[in-house]
Amino acid sequence: MSLSAKELQRYERHLSIPDVGVAGQERLKQSSVLVVGAGGLGSPAAMYIAAAGIGRVGIVDADVVQLSNLQRQILHATPDIGKAKTDSARATLKTINPEVGVETHNLRLTGENARSILEHYDVVVDGSDNFPTRFVISEACSSLGKPHIYGSVFRFEGQVSVFDSQRGPCYRCLHPEQPPDELVPDCAVGGVIGVLPGMVGSIQAAEAIKVCLKVGKGLIGRMLLIDMRDMAFRELELTKNPQCRGCGMQQNRPVQQVPSTVSEDETTSDISVEELKSRHENGDILVVDVRQPHEYKIAKIDSVLIPLQQLPERFQELDKTKEIVTLCHHGFRSAHAAAFLRSQGFQRVRNLAGGIDAWSLRIDQTVPRY
Amino acid sequence: MKIKLLLFSSAADLAGFREQEIERDDLKVAGNILGYLTSLNTEFDKWAPYLRVAVNSSYVDTNHQLSDGDEVAVIPPVSGG
Repeated sequence: MSLSAKELQRYERHLSIPDVGVAGQERLKQSSVLVVGAGGLGSPAAMYIAAAGIGRVGIVDADVVQLSNLQRQILHATPDIGKAKTDSARATLKTINPEVGVETHNLRLTGENARSILEHYDVVVDGSDNFPTRFVISEACSSLGKPHIYGSVFRFEGQVSVFDSQRGPCYRCLHPEQPPDELVPDCAVGGVIGVLPGMVGSIQAAEAIKVCLKVGKGLIGRMLLIDMRDMAFRELELTKNPQCRGCGMQQNRPVQQVPSTVSEDETTSDISVEELKSRHENGDILVVDVRQPHEYKIAKIDSVLIPLQQLPERFQELDKTKEIVTLCHHGFRSAHAAAFLRSQGFQRVRNLAGGIDAWSLRIDQTVPRY
Repeated sequence: MKIKLLLFSSAADLAGFREQEIERDDLKVAGNILGYLTSLNTEFDKWAPYLRVAVNSSYVDTNHQLSDGDEVAVIPPVSGG
């Protein structure tokens, strides 16, 4: 993908860096980055990523611009109040750099839609503002093998790291359990100094650009803690957890492997929670829950429990003539399980889209969410 | 056991300090620090399952053995964006 005369001029300061040059700039043009959240972190991240000449920039956000956003969310300006953040973001990014393709996703990322969106990008920048979305991003990035450029902010303090389950720890190696949202204050409740997400989001942009350029040492296995009050930077080492529920099995695979990628036509054989409810009542479907035993204790539906790691040794316990639905928390682990069972000759296997979380939300609210 | 305790974000708010030298007999493993924090403020009980502890700049499991002079950091999960 060669650069036009205009692009050569636009990126001149990049081209004179030996580690970038024309080849590096062309690599950026061939790359794609998805920025989740067009807020405090997503603003500087998306703006620098677009300015740098990344070929395709995706933006995910379901909110509209509010006056209280403008103290830090510099993608948006006062006249944008009331507009969809994705529309405002597109206009700003196109003004900064009309050469880049901007793709907007005006929606909230969920276990059901995450993989189909993330799979079209090379790198994912996590500028979300809540734990459920961060866990959804982590699960999708681990299952697709994409780098997850993580950042978060609270008052004067920020955290940045690069989670890449193929080269180091993932977000769930750091936080195995999803904290309840009411425990941890978001920016609205906790407050945040406006320039802090500017710093953290810019570091995320730098890491995303470096991943695309394949230059330097990234923040893989390192958590950078920023205390803006005292302007102190501290680095903590984080190692991969072999028992991690997000990425552990990729490191410690049994001889017979569960595939780590799921092909597109396999994702089409999902079943919705609504369909499962109507079919399950007749008893003609066998639900195989592939989560961990402690998750099963928190929330379950009528099913047999075979944790994903045990599936290669235990799949023969299952009746091949029965119609099987695999289930997990959000539908990622169970997609691997369904693909594995098909590879072992099971003809009728479908994956429950959105997992037990979707069941709790849409079918039976007495099943606890976690 | 004498250690240097560093608290981040909400943990510092709950304890009322960011840094403290402490000397206690009941500190054997990293997880003991969470018990100490709960004795300062019972709110830490709710947080305990989600807090991460780092010793000498590396994240550790709660059963990590502490040594005299260790620098122990407690880092809560942060979700703001």
